Amino acid sequence: MTTASSTDPVPNRIHARPVPRPGRWIAAAIVVVLAAMAIHGLVTNPKFRWDIVWAYLRDVTVIRGVGWTLLLTFGSMVIGVVLAVLLAIMRRSDNPVLRSVSWFYIWLFRGTPIYTQLVFWGLISVLYPTLSLGIPFGPEFVTFQTDVVITAFWAALLGLGLNEAAYLAEIVRAGLGSVDKGQEEAARALGMKERTILRRIVIPQAMRVIVPPTGNETISMLKTTSLVLAVPFTLDLTYATNAIGNRLFEPIPLLIVSAFWYLLITSILMVGQHYLERYYGRGTGSEKPRRGGPRRPRSGRQAAIKASGTAKDDPFLEVTP
Amino acid sequence: MTGSATPMVEVRGAHKMFGDLHVLRGVDLTVAPGEVCVVLGPSGSGKSTLLRCLNELEVLTGGSVRIDGELLGYREDSAGVLHRLHPTAIAQQRSRIGMVFQRFHLFPHMTALENVMEAQVQVLKRSKREARAKAVELLDRVGLSDRMDHYPAQLSGGQQQRVAIARALAMDPEIMLFDEPTSALDPELVGEVLAVMKDLAAGGMTMVVVTHEIGFAREVADHVVFMDEGVVVEEGAPSAVIDAPTEERTRDFLSHVL
Ligand SMILES: Nc1ncnc2c1ncn2[C@@H]1O[C@H](COP(=O)(O)OP(=O)(O)OP(=O)(O)O)[C@@H](O)[C@H]1O
Ligand SMILES: [Mg+2]
Repeated sequence: MTTASSTDPVPNRIHARPVPRPGRWIAAAIVVVLAAMAIHGLVTNPKFRWDIVWAYLRDVTVIRGVGWTLLLTFGSMVIGVVLAVLLAIMRRSDNPVLRSVSWFYIWLFRGTPIYTQLVFWGLISVLYPTLSLGIPFGPEFVTFQTDVVITAFWAALLGLGLNEAAYLAEIVRAGLGSVDKGQEEAARALGMKERTILRRIVIPQAMRVIVPPTGNETISMLKTTSLVLAVPFTLDLTYATNAIGNRLFEPIPLLIVSAFWYLLITSILMVGQHYLERYYGRGTGSEKPRRGGPRRPRSGRQAAIKASGTAKDDPFLEVTP
Repeated sequence: MTGSATPMVEVRGAHKMFGDLHVLRGVDLTVAPGEVCVVLGPSGSGKSTLLRCLNELEVLTGGSVRIDGELLGYREDSAGVLHRLHPTAIAQQRSRIGMVFQRFHLFPHMTALENVMEAQVQVLKRSKREARAKAVELLDRVGLSDRMDHYPAQLSGGQQQRVAIARALAMDPEIMLFDEPTSALDPELVGEVLAVMKDLAAGGMTMVVVTHEIGFAREVADHVVFMDEGVVVEEGAPSAVIDAPTEERTRDFLSHVL
């Protein structure tokens, strides 16, 4: 019959016709038509006022709002991560006082709405007009005027960061718990100190379980910053675009402006998350050895993340209330 | 035999309880420098527990362990009262005792080379260059010079165990402990690990090996200990304990594994 090509190692390769699937084509056509209608509706409906959208996309107040929102997002995540690692380590300690303090913190900050907490931080200077460092019930060394130290920005940052720490602490705890006990033992048998074991052996391995949900938390935090008007802090993206919208009596185009910026930042964060995950997934069979060698599937890493139960696949999923 | 020298390992009246479970019931064990001691015994007899007590991964409930004459885990004052050592001092003691586990426990986020370098840098404070040179030499010695940049997940079980041995050797230990180092390996990979261990023994390393490899015990051991239910039932030269056991329990066990 036919002579197989000399390069094909399979001499009797099968060349069959696929099963006809008209349903696929019909479904695709319907979706394309619906999408076209939606885009047409968006572009041609004059109420969207694309001219205003375009003008305010690069407005100074809006860009400044983007800056403040980013600052709040990253600032509060940094506070959150540092505190969360501390809380998670306290939670693992054999000191019952540290353990219960950590438990209480998480209970308190996860158990109350972020909105309430932000209002509270906004009112802190009313509650405590002066702050002082000293010995409880004893002498005070330094005293501050609260409203000077804790401005609206710091109140917002603290409010978001302290709340986030409670959520991240649980993620970090799950991450630390996901590392095989044998790892600690092997490190201990080599004479490493507990602190070194945590820093060099346990935390790096916990990271591949911690990073994906923390990425989601960051994306979630980006949007949670829109609640800082509770403090009230009035420079972030949502507040700025709302204010302009109200002033122009054109709320819709300004909502689109803010949605555009949130989407853009989220997209950039998703790219960053991808690379971070790849870095901390090293050694789990998802990449080549540094110089040549065999490849293995990435299933181990995925399985570990799934097993920890802290990751969510949907980056837009709201994890912080 | 160097009868007069300080023993490398000296266990006296070791008792270990896990809650109500009495696992070690008065174990005495002496291992001379350069000696290979193989510990045999049925599952649950306390072999792993004994080995883990030799480097403080478990703390004895009673009795004492001395490594090269130094009391493990405590300082004894002139009145004979024991004071628990600071964790840093215990870590320092452990760094001189190499341990190889049944399930390897290599650090998965580090390459073979980094695994062997890590504790040299973190514990012995060697420079990266010095640690790397030592790691390269040891990986070469265990036959893995072409696998240095592989992560553990990219190595076979036998290769991982050889890296683990190199990792322990990198600390220049005075003694090496092996807890069933070949039990998690496919049969065809057992030989390569045993070969490395034989090489070590020939080089004069003091070793305590828990294993079910009777052939290895017969060939390499200077001293075989048979344990059951937390006590040493019988001990002596392999020719005595393995080939002519006097105790019923030893005979019974050997008839099952041989
Ligand atoms: N951390 C622990 N807590 C409670 N019980 C333990 C612990 N470690 C070991 N044991 C118990 O101590 C007994 C002896 O265990 P060990 O691991 O020393 O036995 P083994 O001789 O090494 O057995 P195997 O050949 O199966 O490894 C077992 O009954 C085991 O269940
Ligand atoms: Mg065991």
